[in-house]
Amino acid sequence: MRTRVTTPSANPLRDPRDRRLPRIAGPCSLVIFGVTGDLARKKLMPAVYDLANRGLLPPGFALVGFARRDWVDQDFAQIVHDSVREHARTEFREDVWQELCKGIRFVAGDFSDEGAFDQLSQVVLDLDRVRGTKGNHAFYLSIPPKFFGDVVQQLKRSGLSVSNDGAWRRVVIEKPFGHDLESARELNTTIDEVFPSGTVFRIDHYLGKETVQNLLALRFANTMFEPIWNSNYVDHVQITMAEDIGIGGRAGYYDGIGAARDVIQNHLLQLLALTAMEEPLSFAANDVRVEKEKVLTALTLPRDLDKHTSRGQYAAGWQGGVQVPGYLEEDGISPTSVTETFAAVRLGVDTRRWAGVPFYLRTGKRLGRRVTELAIIFKRAPHLPFSATDTEELGQNSIVIRIQPDEGITMRFGSKVPGTQMEVRDVNMDFAYGDSFTESSPEAYERLILDVLLGDPPLFPRHEEVELGWKILDPVLEHWAAKGRPEPYESGTWGPRSSHEMMARDERTWRRP
Amino acid sequence: MSVRLDDTTASAVGTAISAERFRQGSSAVGRVLTLVIIADEATQADAVRSAAEAAREHPCRILTAIPRPGKGPARLDAEITVGGADGLGELAELRLRGPLSHHVASVVLPLLVPDAPVVVWWPGTAPEDVAADPVGRLAQRRITDASEAARPVRALGLRRASYVAGDTDLAWTRITPWRALIASALDQPFARITGASVSAQRSNPSGLLLAAWLQRGLGVAVEVHNSRGPGITGVTVRTEGGDISITRPDGRIARMVRPGFPDREAALKRRTVEGLIAEELRRLDPDDVYGETLRALPDLAAWQAHADHSAPAAASAPGTATSTRKAAPGKPARKAPAAAAPRKAAVATSTSRRGGRS
Repeated sequence: MRTRVTTPSANPLRDPRDRRLPRIAGPCSLVIFGVTGDLARKKLMPAVYDLANRGLLPPGFALVGFARRDWVDQDFAQIVHDSVREHARTEFREDVWQELCKGIRFVAGDFSDEGAFDQLSQVVLDLDRVRGTKGNHAFYLSIPPKFFGDVVQQLKRSGLSVSNDGAWRRVVIEKPFGHDLESARELNTTIDEVFPSGTVFRIDHYLGKETVQNLLALRFANTMFEPIWNSNYVDHVQITMAEDIGIGGRAGYYDGIGAARDVIQNHLLQLLALTAMEEPLSFAANDVRVEKEKVLTALTLPRDLDKHTSRGQYAAGWQGGVQVPGYLEEDGISPTSVTETFAAVRLGVDTRRWAGVPFYLRTGKRLGRRVTELAIIFKRAPHLPFSATDTEELGQNSIVIRIQPDEGITMRFGSKVPGTQMEVRDVNMDFAYGDSFTESSPEAYERLILDVLLGDPPLFPRHEEVELGWKILDPVLEHWAAKGRPEPYESGTWGPRSSHEMMARDERTWRRP
Repeated sequence: MSVRLDDTTASAVGTAISAERFRQGSSAVGRVLTLVIIADEATQADAVRSAAEAAREHPCRILTAIPRPGKGPARLDAEITVGGADGLGELAELRLRGPLSHHVASVVLPLLVPDAPVVVWWPGTAPEDVAADPVGRLAQRRITDASEAARPVRALGLRRASYVAGDTDLAWTRITPWRALIASALDQPFARITGASVSAQRSNPSGLLLAAWLQRGLGVAVEVHNSRGPGITGVTVRTEGGDISITRPDGRIARMVRPGFPDREAALKRRTVEGLIAEELRRLDPDDVYGETLRALPDLAAWQAHADHSAPAAASAPGTATSTRKAAPGKPARKAPAAAAPRKAAVATSTSRRGGRS
């Protein structure tokens, strides 16, 4: 007599052709460390509610907060309630809230407090019984990286990091993943010791899955872009992430980190990799990762870092009609700080496809406007059958992939100006998938939390990619560290002079995004 | 802002849309599809509002055709709104009077966005065979709503009889959250399934579709019980290890009861029409699972007789419920339970088309 074991893969109601059916996470809880932080209040907890409201959380889902506060469950529930009320994307519904509320727990304690972790362990066991979470728990470390070690060790000591019979434990950490190659390796060792690599979710909240998938679709679902996506046609690539705000209340986090570590190391290098990589075998997370790693391994730095990199620090000025202080005058910043708030680098990709095509990466705070985009700038036509004056205003063709705001694509090409004279001028053609598409589509955090709870292999970087990023950036950071104060730039402009000079040396200019 | 064109032609409407678009300074826009709504005066306002809401996610040109048959001469009146207060694409309301009311396709055809897919939605009464309808023929996707028909179960029977790839019905879209929740319950290990039942408001086409879908997937006879609603109020999957049941008496919160778990609740709200339309527009390829679910429906003639008259309990479907579905490889073939108890209707498992037309 054969015995039958029914495993989840044998679910008779799942049909791969049934594309309507969303996946709902199995029984589980989410434990958030650092619930008093900005991110937890503005993003994480509202996203949990939005998921519940959309019916994507399992019945009996539990949310556990851990922080150094003298709270009981109800106090924490009140905090969650307020943050949901203020920041949730979907409408507030009392019955959904009441249901979510039943699964809310709080544990008070320090990250080094053994007693608190023992209590957490008890709370989690209790949830398995009362809420049916079946031993499945995700730990979201929304805390400064210096505490990762403590928390992970405590999770191990209190037995929270291991589970039995088919249940899972997962850990979510956010960038920055270290501040250089060495610290990144230490961090990886610390975490790998306790959590196997498949259970660690590294999250770059700038880079939503939607963005990655859009980029992959544009490149690999079409025929009209791929033939020109190489050094035969592409002159250079510019990747920009600009913010109009200053550091706000993040002085403690930002000072000593700076723009390059905060944004270039992870976000811009990821965008570069997605732009430059070869076609993956499939869109399975592993296949995409292999291609990205190849690009990151092929990156080269310019020989003269002084000439082809730039860093700056914002000075007082007017940003969008508001008078704003300089970086050194911000609360909590030392007047002698040498942290850069603007960074730009030129990188090369040593592959047949990209040989000789520079990739310019820049990021900064208090720049002209908030924008993230990557621009492929094409070579000029080798011959123009027009008189020189006809094409005086014709620039280089480009494809701009706008990531935020107004996610979409712009193409720039020459068109005849209406009239009897022959004159060709650059025009823009925009495509946006719905003006408010970004508002009604699931917010990045919802998707991200759901991926963690479902155990979907993330499109987010594994530690190999993180380390490759540091390998390329470390020499630049060392070079800069020896140079003293970054060059100041006026708030509300597009960065320091050296950044424009660095482009001018290559006879190019930055786009005005 | 709106433009009115009285006693006009389709080409004048097309020109007016372009002109209005140009006047607003945005001549290139990403319209990803044309949505044609065929409605009467009573249903059009709500339908357009829902569609405009869904257009936030799927920028489209919305053509609302309102046929107004009558004795007068053929005449087309149009009202155009481009980039309304909240920038919602292009809306054209077309009133077709007199003999023109029988030639909707002639007005719609010139106004379709070039190359982009066409979706037709009948928010109220739909033609018997939507794919054969002149407007339906223009479309990749044809959306009907059996729940809004005067006789919902009969409407569902028509959908089954005329199903062609590309058809879909909002009664099916309504049960996506139910299906997701039930499917997720079976993502957890479970014992051998011996039967299932669905409770729903009488003559609720969504309840019948849910039962048929369960039967198609689980390979067991599924009973349908009448309840007071609203909509679907419960689903039970019987296993050798005990019942897995989900109940939703209030149309808002579902309670899941299963062995080995404490009782748990989750949001399962009845859906709004804009949510349904947005879901429909997300995928425009044929919904094979819907087609197969329609075919798994029982003989609807019996249902319909009871749906339209009283009798608190459900009808018993003619014939015996027999499972013709093959057991999965490696599993012993199983017999479906014998005929359902009286006063319950079993959905006859049938993978061939039969029932209403046999």
